[in-house]
Amino acid sequence: MLLQAVHTQSSLDPVGPLAANTARLWWFALAVATVVYLLVIATACWALARARRRERRGELLDPGGEGRMTTGVTWSIAATVVILLVFLGYDLSVGRTLSPIPKAHPLTIEVTGHQWWWEVQYADSAVHDRFTTANEIHVPVGQPVLFLLTAADVIHSMWVPNLAGKKDLVPGYTQSFWFKADTAGTYRGQCAEFCGHQHAKMAMFIIAEPLQQYQTWVAGQRDTASTPTDSVAARGHTVFMTGTCAMCHNIEGTTAGSHAGPDLTHLASRRTIAAGTLPNTRGNLAGWIVDPQRIKPGAKMPPNQLRPSDLDALLTYLQSLK
Amino acid sequence: MMLRPLACRARTPLLLVGAALAVVGCRREERRFRESPPATTPSAVRVSALQPGTMADTSHMPNPYESSAYAQSEGQRLFGWYNCAGCHANGGGGMGPPLMDDEWIYGSSPENIYNTIIQGRPNGMPSFAGKIPSPQIWQLVTYVRSLSGLTPMSGRSARTEHMNFYQGAQSMQGAQTPKNSFRPPASEFP
Repeated sequence: MLLQAVHTQSSLDPVGPLAANTARLWWFALAVATVVYLLVIATACWALARARRRERRGELLDPGGEGRMTTGVTWSIAATVVILLVFLGYDLSVGRTLSPIPKAHPLTIEVTGHQWWWEVQYADSAVHDRFTTANEIHVPVGQPVLFLLTAADVIHSMWVPNLAGKKDLVPGYTQSFWFKADTAGTYRGQCAEFCGHQHAKMAMFIIAEPLQQYQTWVAGQRDTASTPTDSVAARGHTVFMTGTCAMCHNIEGTTAGSHAGPDLTHLASRRTIAAGTLPNTRGNLAGWIVDPQRIKPGAKMPPNQLRPSDLDALLTYLQSLK
Repeated sequence: MMLRPLACRARTPLLLVGAALAVVGCRREERRFRESPPATTPSAVRVSALQPGTMADTSHMPNPYESSAYAQSEGQRLFGWYNCAGCHANGGGGMGPPLMDDEWIYGSSPENIYNTIIQGRPNGMPSFAGKIPSPQIWQLVTYVRSLSGLTPMSGRSARTEHMNFYQGAQSMQGAQTPKNSFRPPASEFP
């Protein structure tokens, strides 16, 4: 269901001004390269045919050949230089449209790359309005969004091809970058800098939605997790808080406050788990908790040995974190 | 052709032997992510090496990760994640005792350190039983032992951001090489 709704992850299917500019540059380069290629092949065929004809006539030497070759080489060098200059000029002009960050950016999002997931913080001006989520970034349609990127361990790179080009996330250094989504939809992004074992399973989703819908989502994310009322979820809460989970994960409004792993305050509102690896279903969640190393070998989450009833209660609790 | 010097004639076989050695020497440490941890947790572990009468039992429970470079780097990561550094700093000690020297209050063998983490110790060391999965504790044990140079050199990183034991670093403490873990000196007893 989720995967059907996601747009094809492609630079050639742009939905924002930055990606559109990049795509135009790509199509232009392809067109020029095609023309040049066809010209070169045609000239080569023509030269071959000419040489054949001369051979049939028994001419060994071409009297004007030397002069024609000088002219030909001069013209092709001139054409190459002109084409390269045109490319350079166009490339620079596209670069200029990509780099300046719009002055009015209502939304700032801090993204931290981890092995192998994305930590996402909505950095509003008021401290109490900040909230943290993971791997799924909701943005309002038609508004430029500023991203502040850094990494916790190694260099990662954020790439959502439908929206913008790549930008590296470098440990100990903050880079900025922005994009705007013109059409509502879900766009897949991917780490684009090899970062270790599970680089391939380090995906993210950008969910561009109308402002109203976005604001509803933000209001929900700012809430802390409510204390479970039914007995099974309450037992799951106890399992979480007294066991290994609370050592690495944070749930706002509870005693679990570690930020080593993804924030789980609103886990059930996310569509996927393990950085876009699996749809967020009860069964997948159970498989992930019990043996993450089978799904994502090398992931930093350890296998957890839980009694079946404890696991069941824990799943109920996690699924209540809407 | 017949008078080629010996060095020339021997070149090809020498190259072949060299290449074969290089290929054999390139063995990479295997990373086993789904390795099952030691089934038993050390239970009857002697915290003191002193025993009345004849020494009865000096055998150790082997740490499966003792020489694994990967386990050691994972241990270093967990040392930060579980906030060991909050008390022990990066091995140099702070509120808690330093880990990179050769003084061990509760023993330096892998099972001693395992138990120290699991059970906690008086005067401040919390008990992590049920909070950290067993394989991760063994990785922490590997890292903690590497801080004072008790793990094989092959598994240790040549360049770490944490403080590490190296030969000659502790000349103020009697210029001793790392202690043999099953016969600790008197200085280990408070």
